[in-house]
Amino acid sequence: MAKAELMDYDKALELFEPVLGFEVHVELNTKTKMFCGCANEFGSGANTNTCPTCLGLPGGLPQVNRQAIESSIRLGLALGCEIAETSRFARKNYFYPDTAKNFQTSQYDEPIAFNGQLTIELESGRQVTVDIERAHMEDDAGKLTHMGGAAGRIQGADYSLVDYNRGGVPLVEIVTQMIEGAEADAPEIGKTYVAAIREIVKALGVSNARMEEGNVRCDANVSLRPRGSNILGTRTETKNVNSLRSVERAVRYEIQRQAALLTAGGTITQETRHWHEDTGVTSAGRPKSDADDYRYFPEPDLVPVAPSRAWVEELRATLPEPPAARRKRLQADWGFVNLEFQDVVNSDLLDVMEATIAAGAPAQAARKWWTGEIARLANAAGVTAESLVTPAQVAALIALITDGTLTDRLARQVLEGVIAGEGTPSEVVASRGLAVVSDDGPLIAAIDEALASQPDVLAKIRDGKVQAAGAVIGAVMKAMRGQADAARVRELVLERAGSAPVEQAPAEPAE
Amino acid sequence: MTNLINQTAAALAGLLADGSVSSVDVTRAHLDHIDAVDPDVHAFLHVARDAALATAARVDARRAAGEKLGPLAGVPIAIKDVLATHDMPTTSGSKILEGWIPPYDATVVRRIRAADLIPLGKTNMDEFAMGSSTEHSAYGPTHNPWDLDRIPGGSGGGSAAAVAAFEAPLALGSDTGGSIRQPAAVTGSVGVKPTYGGVSRYGAIALASSLDQVGPVTRTVLDAALLHDVIGGHDPLDSTSLTDAWPSMAAAAQAGLKDGALTGVRIGVIKELNGAGFQAGVKQRFEETLALLSAAGAIVSEVSAPNFEYAVSAYYLILPAEASSNLARFDSVRFGIRVNPEDGPLTSERVMAATRDAGFGDEVKRRIILGTYALSAGYYDAYYGSAQKVRTLIQRDFTAAFDKVDLLVSPTAPTTAFKFGEKMDDPMAMYLNDITTIPANLAGIPGMSLPMGLAPEDGLPVGLQVMAPARADARLYTFGAAVEQLLEAHWGHTLLSRAPALANTEMFATEGGAV
Ligand SMILES: [Zn+2]
Repeated sequence: MAKAELMDYDKALELFEPVLGFEVHVELNTKTKMFCGCANEFGSGANTNTCPTCLGLPGGLPQVNRQAIESSIRLGLALGCEIAETSRFARKNYFYPDTAKNFQTSQYDEPIAFNGQLTIELESGRQVTVDIERAHMEDDAGKLTHMGGAAGRIQGADYSLVDYNRGGVPLVEIVTQMIEGAEADAPEIGKTYVAAIREIVKALGVSNARMEEGNVRCDANVSLRPRGSNILGTRTETKNVNSLRSVERAVRYEIQRQAALLTAGGTITQETRHWHEDTGVTSAGRPKSDADDYRYFPEPDLVPVAPSRAWVEELRATLPEPPAARRKRLQADWGFVNLEFQDVVNSDLLDVMEATIAAGAPAQAARKWWTGEIARLANAAGVTAESLVTPAQVAALIALITDGTLTDRLARQVLEGVIAGEGTPSEVVASRGLAVVSDDGPLIAAIDEALASQPDVLAKIRDGKVQAAGAVIGAVMKAMRGQADAARVRELVLERAGSAPVEQAPAEPAE
Repeated sequence: MTNLINQTAAALAGLLADGSVSSVDVTRAHLDHIDAVDPDVHAFLHVARDAALATAARVDARRAAGEKLGPLAGVPIAIKDVLATHDMPTTSGSKILEGWIPPYDATVVRRIRAADLIPLGKTNMDEFAMGSSTEHSAYGPTHNPWDLDRIPGGSGGGSAAAVAAFEAPLALGSDTGGSIRQPAAVTGSVGVKPTYGGVSRYGAIALASSLDQVGPVTRTVLDAALLHDVIGGHDPLDSTSLTDAWPSMAAAAQAGLKDGALTGVRIGVIKELNGAGFQAGVKQRFEETLALLSAAGAIVSEVSAPNFEYAVSAYYLILPAEASSNLARFDSVRFGIRVNPEDGPLTSERVMAATRDAGFGDEVKRRIILGTYALSAGYYDAYYGSAQKVRTLIQRDFTAAFDKVDLLVSPTAPTTAFKFGEKMDDPMAMYLNDITTIPANLAGIPGMSLPMGLAPEDGLPVGLQVMAPARADARLYTFGAAVEQLLEAHWGHTLLSRAPALANTEMFATEGGAV
């Protein structure tokens, strides 16, 4: 397709104010589907998880999944929503082959959760509160695969295959109010908002939250308002943006595209747009207009969902600490600078870190091992870090380093043994005979003492100013009365500095 | 040998239980009779001769082995084609489902199989249960056993004709606006629409979800009660199914046979359902029945239901609206026939359109268009929204009436069976035939039709409709059994024993149909 004209981003912001809105679909990880007993399972053989109800066979009837209601209520509560005393399903009627009944069962004017708020924090530290209009339940459609055409597109395809395994899987759609005042942060707000939703559903355990499997999907609404005007522009809805980075890129792209079009005297068409991950552009989809008529009416096959207040309160009591608050607390407890902490968050290691530290390991040492050697091994094996070793094993390994039994180099070998299933770190040390030669013992003690007495030097080394190590090396050589190999002392000083406890708040590291 | 086809289900059950007859004999007698009369009646769309005999033989063997079986074990039954059966085609009277065999059984079908009844086959109906005459069946109409030139009622004309023609002692029906009760009335049989939620709808091909209810079609009130006990009760697969613990309907019917069962029972005659447009013979039999009831100790009074005048209008908005959505799934993608457009590209949208154009009959298309319109943005409040308000008003009328009386009565239908073609060109006249039965569906309350005589002017059956408050189905059976006994004592015979013979078979061993 022809690439649209784009305006320079800063220029676009000078001329227009972006107005945003997001619809995030969260696929719940219930055992069974929303309205039948079929397995809610990704990756089964085509059309194997189906029954008369989710295949839309004549005579099939829906039954509400209690677990899905529970998950939706918990999600609503975590988003600060009110939970409706009674809510109803409606039918959204439209013909499409991936929708077995040719209507979607969705909540229309009576959603289960409404009026929520979510505060997100941008990298700059700016806090943005996003108002949540509603979170409602609905069932997912099946999956169409277009055959014979180019790149799986429907245009030019000879025929299409339908897999109804996903048909009827429970979804919660979270709809924001209009987000104004985003300004140049608009793309980052999109990314951070979706990340926050993903983090919440994960913490709640209500979704697998894997964007690459479509567990969390975002539709991004973008419109531009000319500076000085109070009239909203026409919005476009970019559908199914399926990664955090793509949300950011798609919002930025739409701002630039719409700005160029409007400045050139064009008009924005109210339409859905498709996001193309490979080329980083959006393209026009179906025009949307007020003429779209889904003939909504209350689903007569289902009775209203009326969760008792007692149940809602019971569920409220099960809510985990909000992820943002938890992160703040952990970063403070651990004394990590932003970069260190972000590293842990991005690697999805918060839980194992917390458990490792709870098992007695110093926070810095835990971070060094999880984001370093363990992450490297996991990466090479194509698995997650937490699948290789347990927090308890890592804590035991770190204890052996701290008490001088192991050097980092030896500890890496012990780790290998633990991963290979040879036993606990102590058992591997014993069976492989990996303990530090006793000569290193007094040397390490001298180094630790020297580092502890010169915290400012320690901080400098940790900041990467390796020259600063000279002062410590000198002190150690003196303490050892010259009976040590300077190169070995230097090696050990840098190693010990890496896992030494922090005595004072470290300075913001240079990037 | 005893004539086996003119027995009530209760009598057959007795003969089967004491070993006088085998289920194979009973089943074969009915199959043979179907062979003899169904070419004229056309009550059946499918007859499962081999399967029925095989099932009967299995039931006989288990009984012979001393197994304790249910009260209706071994008794044959006909199944309306609206109900999914995993071993028989299920078409709902529509060409769009021609030859379709569902991969599952409707809950009620599962229950009759579990109770060891013998499914004989599937009965004819108006396409997707839209109609009051079976003339809208894609497979040709069913004929009224009382007069083969007349309609057997609808939509469940096949089930009613099957029991009235002694092709089956029992049948299953479904009632959205009278599809069990009106055919029962015009064929001289008994039909019950249970309380909404009393019988599972799972596997019943939906017409209008908020109105549909599956129920029994029989020749006696007790038989209906026995069948109700088999099919009724909570089903987790139907979210609108009530979780009530129901009393035995059969016991309730038996209670109605006791002396004095009618004494002090307060009967309300609905003023609005006894007026203009009702056939003279229908009114006459109704008045006579009321007089008999009074004489038997019932307290008859008139009650008013002022909002009933809006019932038909509301019904013909709610029904098409829900139907338009329920019938959307018939799109050729997963089941049923597929028709490709004659020219142009084969897109899914065009194949769906061509299939629906070829597969649906005119009445179905008419209602889909009506319903689609009624639900459209801008019209929703005026049509669907207003109709739902009327529904609430009608429920209030019933509540007010049941504050004063125990049961409400009316003629089941304004007329006796009309001739084929009489109302086909006038949908409004056809729709108005349901004026008496529709209110019960709108309110979700139970209703029964039982014979109250033949209209003097045409000699055709007239039905009495009885309605009870929601959940009071048992009250219907007690009262219905009492009225049935009262009328038959008055006549000196059952009504159906006066039905004309349909074929050169000796239909009745004795005049009264008794052994
Ligand atoms: Zn299913």
